[in-house]
Amino acid sequence: MRKLLRTIFLIDLIEGLWVTFHYQHPKYRCTEQYPAERPKVAERYRGAPRLNTNPETGETLCIACNLCALACPEKLIVVSSERNEKTRRKELTTFTFDTSRCMFCGLCEDACPVDALELTQDFELASYSREGAIWDRQMLEEGPRPTKYKF
Amino acid sequence: MADTFLDSTELVLNMGPQHPSTHGVLRVIVKLDGERVIGTECVIGYLHRGVEKIGENRTYQQFAPYVDRMDYVASVSNGLGYCLAVEKLIGVEVPPRAQAVRVILTELNRIASHLVWLGTHALDVGALTPLFYTFREREDILNIYEKYCGARLTTHAFRIGGLQYELYEGFEDEVRAVCDTILPKIDEYEQLLTGNRIWVGRLKGVGILTAEECKQYGVTGPMLRAAGVKWDLRKAQPYSGYEQYDFEIPVGQNGDTFDRYIVRLEEMRQSVRIIRQAVDRIPDGPIMGKVPKVIKPPVGEVYVSIEAPKGELGYYIVSDGSTQPYRVRVRPPSFVNLQALDKMARGALVADLVAIIGTIDIVLGEVDR
Ligand code: SF4
Ligand code: SF4
Repeated sequence: MRKLLRTIFLIDLIEGLWVTFHYQHPKYRCTEQYPAERPKVAERYRGAPRLNTNPETGETLCIACNLCALACPEKLIVVSSERNEKTRRKELTTFTFDTSRCMFCGLCEDACPVDALELTQDFELASYSREGAIWDRQMLEEGPRPTKYKF
Repeated sequence: MADTFLDSTELVLNMGPQHPSTHGVLRVIVKLDGERVIGTECVIGYLHRGVEKIGENRTYQQFAPYVDRMDYVASVSNGLGYCLAVEKLIGVEVPPRAQAVRVILTELNRIASHLVWLGTHALDVGALTPLFYTFREREDILNIYEKYCGARLTTHAFRIGGLQYELYEGFEDEVRAVCDTILPKIDEYEQLLTGNRIWVGRLKGVGILTAEECKQYGVTGPMLRAAGVKWDLRKAQPYSGYEQYDFEIPVGQNGDTFDRYIVRLEEMRQSVRIIRQAVDRIPDGPIMGKVPKVIKPPVGEVYVSIEAPKGELGYYIVSDGSTQPYRVRVRPPSFVNLQALDKMARGALVADLVAIIGTIDIVLGEVDR
């Protein structure tokens, strides 16, 4: 009898609909309105690469040891260096990083002995061409400048 | 062959590879007699990236990020299986702290994977709402991953020998909060679905696979348990310290699609139970075992399998003594479970085929590798 009444009055469907109805309240909204609202990613987020420089002198921290290039499974980092005759130390000349092939695994970052290479919180990496995805030393040191939209 | 194809009562239909209900790029060639399915054939390989071959050309550490890309909704489990296999090969002991954190993260991943399954499966069957709710809850878990290791989907959370990252401030509290919110939410999904007559009518008695058939096909995971076999590698061959935790193995009776749904929901509750026990007693100590900088295992081979959200996930690694594996073979649960599709679909209605594909919980990244 009870079962019949439940069937006739569609109780099971109404129970389900109540759950949906209960979430209509605006306080349950959880959609982020990107790009008007930019997400705040975690501190450890593995995003765009950055080649850190010394904040006082502006000199690069990289010692051109090539360990990051060796650690990378995709072999997408190319480091070239030149021996400085005066100080007898290796100095970084160019550094390229192909973001289009990178899978942001973090192995290069872990391999760097001086924390020069870092994967940062920037996540907007789109570019208009394939060449644009290959970042050179200047781009890596200054960071990307994504368009900020006004709403 | 030609006359069977030209027979007026039989129809050959291609489902996929772009069909939204095939969960990726699976193509199923279906032979129909009216509304009845009289045979299916799967065409796979659209997502083949040659992960096993890549493994032969990478060092042991370098291959770890690639395994995340096989079953991308359960990447942490994939990473755990690979790390355990290499650790066994080189004989490294993982510190207890790392083991406890691994258990927490893989169990969270099991919940996340089942949530994706529940949302998409309900969507296939025609219930649109659960998808939004399950993805909302999954977001909390992904946020924990993002804070812990810096990535949400392809996490690369574990390293061979332990962990790369120490826990962040407030990790325990966030994990407890997720546990507290997820339990009432699971009840809510049940309220939405379990009693719903359309849901019950679409799932009950559809795609039955008996225990005997499951064993013949090598089907593992929730599909095997729904058929009534109490087999869970976490209990049968405990790894990563699972023997310390107290949990039940949920089993079904009929082995139909509805039972698989109930078993997976119950598994989420059991995962919450494991996480609560683990997070209360994370031991102190190091997070990385004694692993050499260059991993050069002795000549030999190893097979390690774990209970991934979808079933038994195994890694078979052959070492020739160099820094790169000689062969990496993956036993993906989805690939093996997908074999049973034909058995389950024969005699079913064509509309049930969608429910049957959904209930296997395949991820094509893992089927095709
Ligand atoms: S994040 Fe991984 S794939 Fe990308 S450059 Fe670093 S090591 Fe290579
Ligand atoms: S590992 Fe660090 S220091 Fe060495 S080359 Fe790479 S960025 Fe420079």
